[in-house]
Amino acid sequence: MIKKFIYLEWKTFTRSASFGANVAMKILIGFLMVYFSLIFIGMGVGAFYVLRKMNLEPLSTINKFLIYYFLLDLVIRLLMQAIPVLNIKPLLILPFKKPTIVHFSLGKTALSFFNWVHALFFIPFSIVLVLEGYDTAEITFWLLAAFSLIYINNFLNIILSNIDKLFVVFIALILALAAAQYYKVFDITTFTAPVFQGFYETKGLFLIPILVLAGLYVFTFRYFKNNLFLDAGLSKKEDIATTENLSWLNQFGTLGTFLKNDIKLIKRNKRSKTTIVMSIFFLFYGFIFFGNTHQPEVMHIFAGIFVSGGFLFVFGQFVPSWDSSYYQLMMTQNIPYRGYITSKWWLIVIATFISTIIASFYLFYGWEIYLTIVVGAIYNIGVNSHLVLLGGAFTKTPIDLSSAGGAFGDKKAFNVSAMLLTLPKLLLPLGLYAIGLYLGNKTIGLALVAGAGILGFIFKDKVFSLIEKRYKIEKYNTISAYKQKN
Amino acid sequence: MIQVNKLSKIYNETTVLNINNLEIPRGQSFGLVGNNGAGKTTFFSLLLDLIQPSTGNITSNNIQVNTSEKWKSFTGSFLDESFLIGYLTPEEYFYFIGDLRHQNKADIDSLLAQHEEFFNGEILNNKKYLRDLSKGNQKKVGIIATLIGNPEVVILDEPFANLDPTTVSRLKKIIKDLADNPNVTVLVSSHDLQHTVEVCDRIVALNKGEIVKDIQTSEETLQELELFFAV
Repeated sequence: MIKKFIYLEWKTFTRSASFGANVAMKILIGFLMVYFSLIFIGMGVGAFYVLRKMNLEPLSTINKFLIYYFLLDLVIRLLMQAIPVLNIKPLLILPFKKPTIVHFSLGKTALSFFNWVHALFFIPFSIVLVLEGYDTAEITFWLLAAFSLIYINNFLNIILSNIDKLFVVFIALILALAAAQYYKVFDITTFTAPVFQGFYETKGLFLIPILVLAGLYVFTFRYFKNNLFLDAGLSKKEDIATTENLSWLNQFGTLGTFLKNDIKLIKRNKRSKTTIVMSIFFLFYGFIFFGNTHQPEVMHIFAGIFVSGGFLFVFGQFVPSWDSSYYQLMMTQNIPYRGYITSKWWLIVIATFISTIIASFYLFYGWEIYLTIVVGAIYNIGVNSHLVLLGGAFTKTPIDLSSAGGAFGDKKAFNVSAMLLTLPKLLLPLGLYAIGLYLGNKTIGLALVAGAGILGFIFKDKVFSLIEKRYKIEKYNTISAYKQKN
Repeated sequence: MIQVNKLSKIYNETTVLNINNLEIPRGQSFGLVGNNGAGKTTFFSLLLDLIQPSTGNITSNNIQVNTSEKWKSFTGSFLDESFLIGYLTPEEYFYFIGDLRHQNKADIDSLLAQHEEFFNGEILNNKKYLRDLSKGNQKKVGIIATLIGNPEVVILDEPFANLDPTTVSRLKKIIKDLADNPNVTVLVSSHDLQHTVEVCDRIVALNKGEIVKDIQTSEETLQELELFFAV
């Protein structure tokens, strides 16, 4: 029976959308995976020597911080690790025994990336410890205990994933503990470090986490088995809906109608909410460049564009795919394309504006830095907003609003035309700024970039006619592409 | 009202629709029947300019649908769930469509009140998003939304599928009322011969993309169609 499951798993793997992505993307993903694996292995090997150089006992120092390591791991899992439910529904009525189904889906989680990635750190670290004269058996026990804790986290995530926003509690807990330790109010590690050290020093202590893990597995198994019904564990979670009028937007006419819809779109779907979180991350992108003397000055404008352009890049890039699930409706309604595009444009402009205001904390680096960000925002509004909308006509990837995954660069959205349109978004301002620096100073560079932005703004109507035409040409292709879900 | 000229749709050298000439006068209630793959949805998609014809064209009220978009202001349509916006509540959806069709909130409210019976208390004020409604209830929302803004052409693809018996009979009444209005042309497609015969003045049967029957509804129509589709 297990053989049949493995067969199904293999099919889901080879036929998944990401596997079918083009070769360039596969190479890129493969490269990233190797890169991160090497970092982890390097950390595992390096940690020992670095710590010894700092005159610290490596194992006990690691043990001291393991509590944070595992708590953080749990938070990351709660945020990102999906519970693999293995397409259970069609299996229920087939001659599979329920325990087999549950064992298999739980067993599948054990192979998750979130588990084996830790091995890349712990195993090299342990090997180094043994080579440096630590007791082999005791290190093995310590390693077993650590792995039990990792798997305890794995199953905790499965049980706790039904509770909304739990990760916030854990983040708060970590911050509180860290703050308490930093200000020497209360040091959690004085309690936990001996425990982790005990896995190494005290014989038999490592059995405790293993037993806990076994107990947790049995609990999870029973929990799942008892909930293997359509109206229990397998039911879809429904949100309680509230009707919102947002009638203050009525004054903007058709534009208001679309804006209302877009606001609801962003508020009520997982995927679009992730987008907002992503664009907040973009705000901090500037820290890499500003105040960092290793980066060439010309790169400042890069940061300037990114800081205010988070929403533009992660949301704007996928217009009109956000409306993909009901694109046919949009095409049969009495909708002027221009109104539709204009409302998306306004959304981008408003978001860019807000980002720019929030980014005022960069004033700590001096007003020149902030000016760079403002200039970046002007360019984003004047030129990049048009470019993303134009690029949208070529992005024909339907978006599944309910799934959180793939918020940053959907694999299938990676196509040549969209790529070409990305270049002017970044290279043009970079070039203009470089010319300015070459001719004289920063101010000329900034003036050139801002000038391009203002020029784009002046020709907005012309550009919009062009975009509208493009959308109309692509209409049929877009409709048929959006029909092919997954 | 609707004029079809030498229309055909070809995918990979397979002709899925081929209608040489078809005229649907204003005010008619027009039923399209046929087996799976007969070309019913293809025809409606062409009529709504969702796909491009391989040859020929369709005009609606003398507007060629694939060159001008003016037909959109007098056409209401519901083909499938992709005409619904999943993250809206039914009320928000109706108001959204209403805004696009230049209807104010009061117009929509009065339309919804008219069809309260059809909704059977399962649609309005239910604290559910459209994506969480059952298939049948989603369909009810889509059908009523086509009536917003007094359209002159109403297009419904398989409206009877997924509906419970009570709702089917209520829907038949709604379609009949629409058909009684001499200004409204109704186009309905269905697998169900009996329902279609009951609500339509004229039935066209499609088979593999060709028109094989074109009859004005009478006492004998149902029998004739059943005989035709029997193996």
